[in-house]
Amino acid sequence: MSMDASLVDWSRAQFALTAIYHWLFVPLTLGLSFIIAFMESIYVKTGNEEWKRITKFWMTLFGINFAIGVATGIILEFEFGTNWSNYSWFVGDIFGAPLAVEGIMAFFLESTFIAVMFFGWNKVGKRFHLVSTWLVAIGASLSALWILVANAWMQYPTGMRFNPDTARNEMVNFWEVLFSPVAINKFLHTVSSGYVLAAVFVIGVSSWYLLRKRHEAVAKKSILVASVFGLIMSVFLVLTGDGSARLMAKHQPVKFAAMENLYEGQTNAPLVAIGILTSKGDEHKKEDFLMKLEIPDFLSYMAFLSANAYVPGIQDLIHGNEEHGIISVDEKIAKGKLAIGALKQYKQARKTNETMKADSAMKILDANFAYFGYGYLTNAHDAIPPIKETFYSFRGMVGLGLWFVLLFILMLWSVMKNKVEKRRWLLRLALLSIPLAYLASEMGWIVAELGRQPWIIQDLMPTSVAVSQISAGSVKLTFVLFAITFTLLLIADFKILTKYIKIGPKDGGAE
Amino acid sequence: MFETMSHLALQQYWWIIISLLGSILVFLLFVQGGQTLIRRLGKDETERTILINVLGRKWEFTFTTLVTFGGAFFASFPLFYSTSFGGAYWVWMIILFAFVIQAVSYEYRKKQGNFLGARTYEVFLFINGALGTILLGTAVATFFTGSAFSVNENNFSRWEVPTHGLEAALNIQNLSLGLTVFFLSRILALLYFFKNVNHDKIIERARKQLLYEAIPFLVFFLIFATLLLIKEGFAVDPVTRLVSMEPNKYLSNLLEMPFVGILFLIGVVLVLLGIVRTITCYEKCSDKGIWLTGSGTILTVFSLFLIAGFNNTSFYPSTFDLQSSLTIQNSSSSHYTLTAMSYVSLLVPFVLAYIVYTWRAINKKKITTDELKEEGHVY
Repeated sequence: MSMDASLVDWSRAQFALTAIYHWLFVPLTLGLSFIIAFMESIYVKTGNEEWKRITKFWMTLFGINFAIGVATGIILEFEFGTNWSNYSWFVGDIFGAPLAVEGIMAFFLESTFIAVMFFGWNKVGKRFHLVSTWLVAIGASLSALWILVANAWMQYPTGMRFNPDTARNEMVNFWEVLFSPVAINKFLHTVSSGYVLAAVFVIGVSSWYLLRKRHEAVAKKSILVASVFGLIMSVFLVLTGDGSARLMAKHQPVKFAAMENLYEGQTNAPLVAIGILTSKGDEHKKEDFLMKLEIPDFLSYMAFLSANAYVPGIQDLIHGNEEHGIISVDEKIAKGKLAIGALKQYKQARKTNETMKADSAMKILDANFAYFGYGYLTNAHDAIPPIKETFYSFRGMVGLGLWFVLLFILMLWSVMKNKVEKRRWLLRLALLSIPLAYLASEMGWIVAELGRQPWIIQDLMPTSVAVSQISAGSVKLTFVLFAITFTLLLIADFKILTKYIKIGPKDGGAE
Repeated sequence: MFETMSHLALQQYWWIIISLLGSILVFLLFVQGGQTLIRRLGKDETERTILINVLGRKWEFTFTTLVTFGGAFFASFPLFYSTSFGGAYWVWMIILFAFVIQAVSYEYRKKQGNFLGARTYEVFLFINGALGTILLGTAVATFFTGSAFSVNENNFSRWEVPTHGLEAALNIQNLSLGLTVFFLSRILALLYFFKNVNHDKIIERARKQLLYEAIPFLVFFLIFATLLLIKEGFAVDPVTRLVSMEPNKYLSNLLEMPFVGILFLIGVVLVLLGIVRTITCYEKCSDKGIWLTGSGTILTVFSLFLIAGFNNTSFYPSTFDLQSSLTIQNSSSSHYTLTAMSYVSLLVPFVLAYIVYTWRAINKKKITTDELKEEGHVY
């Protein structure tokens, strides 16, 4: 199947644009909802009105952010159909289910109790209100669970079989889809990154108050809650990040090699902690290092928990490596073409009621189905994802993640020693860390999504085959429309958010 | 429990769920209808703020129902999802765009630092109310009029006209359903205001407005219903599965499924009863109008979905290639997936129960100017 490259690129650009915008707001919703729930719990437990004031202040900021998160989210659900219709059919039997469950289980929970959270202060009892706030937080994370299960399945398809009669993948084990190690790890890593971002946001905003010598009591209490929450969640973030790398090395080795800019496989592979790349522009997308700082054996350990483990490089994965049992992409392309051809033969045989022919085609299809998507590639080098983007994004994400751990420790220590307002350098760093948290979060998705190119479903369907057959011009136009609209809304969100931060908590909250 | 059901029974069960979600969605479009009436009923800032706040406490239900409707369609009938969304690109994109701008409007309209101005967000709400209702109605009408698409042997679909869905708006039957939904949503909004707003001037204007909405609603509904019942429909041969045109197919469906026919009649009567009683005995009946017309809306739309999908009918017909038409059998998910999701559907009554509980807790008393002053969070 030939596809217009421009259509594929614009469709990808539109999805990337809408997903990046959406993800600017989701992590804060995920984390801030829990931070608010903790604060309100303290209020209900102690009866101290100041905690209610703090809760209502952060709730106001939560509401501003939540609205734009919802606005940018609806388009994503439907874009699978509007822009990736072939994909929607090919995996709808599996991918659609988590989306439906998300709607029934999570969205209603979130949207119902958010009304109580905002409008129920004078209408329902304290405890009912608190339960509602907790249910909003749980609902938000449950929403994330289902869409991340669906995303994990695209990275590591499992719990399904291909049905040649319907020409699609069909679910055979729901629990395998839900509890695949990639899904569990992806969910925990992604939500904990949201919790960390929200903690950095609360600490950053509170630091701004302390720098301005305003609302000091509120700021210190907020820093205390956020730094404890952030520190605990950072531990999860690091552990699940470590798990992600290992799963990637196992299930998406090309992505892993690209992320590390590793061309030739080696045992005792070192990890490049810091590196600067220079492009050679060859067909392998090879990048040389202008400079690098390595940690010996660490990449082998990170990938396979053994310092002398062999980590395959891009060359091995593209051209094959007999010694390590790696077959080349050219061989995979041949197998993929066999699978696609067998599907055609099967369908033809079914039409003419030739059972023997159909059975024989089915055997070939079964034997080669693992490489089905490779049959659509024309060049082995198309299987290499963008190197620079994934290499730098990974290092940026990890480096900033480690900085946030240190920030939480320093803030917690300072606030417990009652010296936080005196450490102005730390307060300034905390304020500067807010945009860095957003940057780290987006870089995580760049690693995950750019790193798996050219696949929309790992090994089974390339992005180019998944696209809806519409004109590139239509997609360009909607891209521009969404770019303008989302940018305007982002500016509005930023201005309102900063305005309410400047106003700060009043007696009845921020309003 | 669900494992033992046949694939067809599961497909029918999920078509019923889709129909129910679709009908509840149309009822909840009163939020959209209300958004188109804000400036007509609210003549000053306070009045507009009252109207926006009374709608603002419900907008997320409509939004969430739309998202769940889309998700459930994707999961249960993925071929419809891929064909319609990927093909009728422009219709769906405009609908989505209208909902994107709605989602921020309630929260941002009155916020300080809002550089676009309150008026811009009121315009956004109007656009969402008008386009959302008309285009959703138009899109659903294609279940009866068909669209120009084809589906190949791998079930990859292709839209066969370059307008990608916009052509649906040129069909009189599609447009009449779109306008029916538009005026119905405004009627439902007025009835909702009668129950939940305590402000004399707004209510006075709303009472006058009800008649102005009821007349065009009736006209467009009659056009749609008449065309539906007299025109030929897309019938599926139960043995060969071939699709052909059958005279009076949808009338036959109502007659051959008497339970659905009765539901349709009861629904229409309840819709009209809610409007008529509110007009003729306002003092005693105004609080009940929303429930009568609302439940009538749900029953009518539910029965329309059932005659579109049941009784050997193609629910998403192709006018380009009849044999590419989608039925609940050829477009559904596998037996396993429908079974798994059917267990999840058992949560629906629980979800409905907590929605009703919280709805009551928040709507204990009618909204007034004083109540808005007491409230911590105002849109």
